[in-house]
Amino acid sequence: MPEFDVVELPAATPPATGEEAPDFTRPLVTDEFWEDRSLSSLLAESEGRTILVFTPMIGSFPGTYVWEELAERNWDEGVDRVVGITAATPYAVSSFLDGTGVPFSIFADPANDVADRYGVAHDLDGMTGISEPRPAFVVLEADGTVAASWVASEWPEFPEYDELETQLGLETPS
Amino acid sequence: MGESTDPPITFYRLQACPYCERVTHTLNDLDLEYRSRFVEPLHSKRDIVKRVAGVRTVPVIVDDNTGVTMAESANVVDYLESTYGDGATSEADAGGAD
Repeated sequence: MPEFDVVELPAATPPATGEEAPDFTRPLVTDEFWEDRSLSSLLAESEGRTILVFTPMIGSFPGTYVWEELAERNWDEGVDRVVGITAATPYAVSSFLDGTGVPFSIFADPANDVADRYGVAHDLDGMTGISEPRPAFVVLEADGTVAASWVASEWPEFPEYDELETQLGLETPS
Repeated sequence: MGESTDPPITFYRLQACPYCERVTHTLNDLDLEYRSRFVEPLHSKRDIVKRVAGVRTVPVIVDDNTGVTMAESANVVDYLESTYGDGATSEADAGGAD
């Protein structure tokens, strides 16, 4: 028996494949500035699909692990556009991008409303009043419909990235 | 999902900077649409502003209507009022960049 607990989370309720993903507007933080952007405006300028990556808050090790793994796997160079979202202020996201050099843009959603609307929010035990996204990947077609998704079902849980790339149908550079 | 076109005025600003708030005030008084790009407090982290305007200070506005890029709040306010306020010349309305 392991002497640590992996907590099973209640069932997530992400938008189903084929459904239209909820649109939202939040400050999108790049390595140089942040500005309000809507998801729909990103979809409109994207050639391929868009992968919305939910992570635990900036500063947590699960958040860092996910972004470093995606950077190592060159998800920024794939056909599909990758954009993150987490429960953190724009300043925290900006410092994170600056400090790690991970080549992604991340929406700042300190109130975690978007994760809530996507059915992937996680209320943190022992941090009263703070909610963050579970690790979750939602692949969106250009018209905003959900093509595929993966949501953590345990805490903490990370995807098997090779399987995830297959499941999401990613064409990542090898 | 609806898509709107980008507003013609881009406003580089620092949160809570009084000089920037002055420009915000003027933009709102003139009922102008703009998009806000927030930069960091540290000047050394404002490469985007340097690239766009040649300085590291904010506020800076970039007005695609007229092709004007401008820094310094007093200049920006004067520019906005003379371009879009009462008695403005019709340069912007005519879309006459250059």
